[in-house]
Amino acid sequence: MSSRTVSETPAGVVARKYFWRGRIARRLMKHRSFVIGAVLCTLVLLVAIFAPLIAPTDPNRMAIRFRFQPPSWDFPLGTDNLGRNLVSRVAYGARLSLMIGLGVVLLNAAFGVLLGALAGYFERLDGFLMRLSDALMAFPSILLAIGIAAALGASATTAVIALAVVYIPRTARILRASVLVVKEQEFVQASQAAGASHGRILFRRILPNCMAPLIVQLSFVFAYAVLSEAVLSFLGLGAPPTTPSWGILISEGRSYIREAPWLTIVPGGAIAVTVLGLNLLGDGLRDVLDPRVKMDGA
Amino acid sequence: MRAYAIKRILQAIPILMLVSLISFGIMQLVPGDPASLLAGPNATPAELEQVRINLGLDKPFLTQLFIFYGNLLKGDLGHSLLLGKPVTEAVFERSPVSISIALYSLVLTVIFGLAIGVLAAIRHNTWVDQIATSFALIGVSLPNFWLGLVMIVVFSVHLGLLPTGGYVPFTRDPMGWLVAATMPAVSLALMQIGLLARLTRSTMLEVLSQDYIRTARAKGLSEIRVIAKHALANVMIPVVTVLGMILSVLMSGSVIVETVFAIPGIGSLLGNAILGRDYPMIQGGLLFVAAVLLTLNIVVDLLYAYLDPRVRVR
Repeated sequence: MSSRTVSETPAGVVARKYFWRGRIARRLMKHRSFVIGAVLCTLVLLVAIFAPLIAPTDPNRMAIRFRFQPPSWDFPLGTDNLGRNLVSRVAYGARLSLMIGLGVVLLNAAFGVLLGALAGYFERLDGFLMRLSDALMAFPSILLAIGIAAALGASATTAVIALAVVYIPRTARILRASVLVVKEQEFVQASQAAGASHGRILFRRILPNCMAPLIVQLSFVFAYAVLSEAVLSFLGLGAPPTTPSWGILISEGRSYIREAPWLTIVPGGAIAVTVLGLNLLGDGLRDVLDPRVKMDGA
Repeated sequence: MRAYAIKRILQAIPILMLVSLISFGIMQLVPGDPASLLAGPNATPAELEQVRINLGLDKPFLTQLFIFYGNLLKGDLGHSLLLGKPVTEAVFERSPVSISIALYSLVLTVIFGLAIGVLAAIRHNTWVDQIATSFALIGVSLPNFWLGLVMIVVFSVHLGLLPTGGYVPFTRDPMGWLVAATMPAVSLALMQIGLLARLTRSTMLEVLSQDYIRTARAKGLSEIRVIAKHALANVMIPVVTVLGMILSVLMSGSVIVETVFAIPGIGSLLGNAILGRDYPMIQGGLLFVAAVLLTLNIVVDLLYAYLDPRVRVR
């Protein structure tokens, strides 16, 4: 059994818990992009957690005397039009971005897994659920998110809901595909023959074997969520303007792009580093957990 | 081929109906009373009632839905509150702008995405591959509106080479169009270039390991011929399938990129509609874009079936 490799199992089905602990971890640690991605993500996570320690001042503390200070020794990332310290604002922005990203991932996983599992397992639901997901996916993802967020009214919560909804059909499709494969395997048939209930078969037998593609997908959903949250905030559809969200920082900085370009460049760079880290992490996870899946955009 | 085309078109009808239902549903998501939001806090009850009648909100839900579909069949997407004209008119006025920029980005995406992907694959595991894959990865990680702003800083503010925004129609002045559309098109395209380069590279690597490539090499064809004639033709198949997706992303990316560059396209139309809570415009605009993309996806699928006869049989 232990000689079973990832490539032998269909659709990246990685079974058995011991697999996770030993070999997978070792292969991940040898995977260069995974390691770089993990380092970048950890860095952003640490900034978010220790934002109050990193920030020299409160992110909303104004000091008009020091307005439009370019990056210098005293103000490593410069100050904005109200003299607010950009180090503090970007550090607190990391909190918001990661929280929203995490919220989207959790909500997306919950519904994506449920709907994907139902569609894959119960053939009667499959047609309807897949047509519904086709229809949702016919909208360009960011436009649909904008539409939902605009209708629900701007807030961090609506941003999370809008982005989660947009990616649910995509996650559900990936899960459905693996459920369809795992469903046909002998151990599932054995379970059925033994008279196990649908719930037991689905949740105890099938789903644990569909985790690899799901984890890979969620790492990319996280990356898209961070990117799209910035878009929503930039358009005024995310967190309220008083919160230092990265998208809001960019949209505020835009007005002063001639005299203070760092106000735009720095928060965008923070987004880029975070998304790059998540993409690298996702690439590594995909190569190790789910080598057969090809990438496509969400 | 014809049977496949008919099947594909028929399949799109229920999806289109669901799509319109979703855009109708988005309007229903508005918490509270959209009419009072639109009429403003100082509206008299009579004004409020008028707004409600204009929006058709005085009628029961199913009647609203029925009217919505009836209007749709007549090609009526509703009436914009801000612009005071039909949504279809506003959308058609703005479409050429967005489409010209989306096509420009598409051309950039296909040329650079393919070139970078192919180059990385034929120089697999060399420094060329390293640079190409790093570029592709950075491309998929940069927010496009931010990239647009950074380009404004560099090319407009510092170098003074390109305008910070605005738009010149292609039909009036092709050179002026090129100057105005280049930065928006590049900032839209970069992420798609990255995605396409990654896809091309992995497909090309797979194709290059096939027997027919070995055969082509074995019969003494030059490497260029092997790549250009035998490998590339097979790489194009997955590339064509993602074209629809790429166009979809380019169209939706335009909302924000058009806002950044002050371009009067569908994107900024929707952006303004969002800011002004012009719900009929948001609803109609979304539906329009989704319908256009559905149509484009059918075209792409048919093209795919034409290129790869195996698809038709499935």
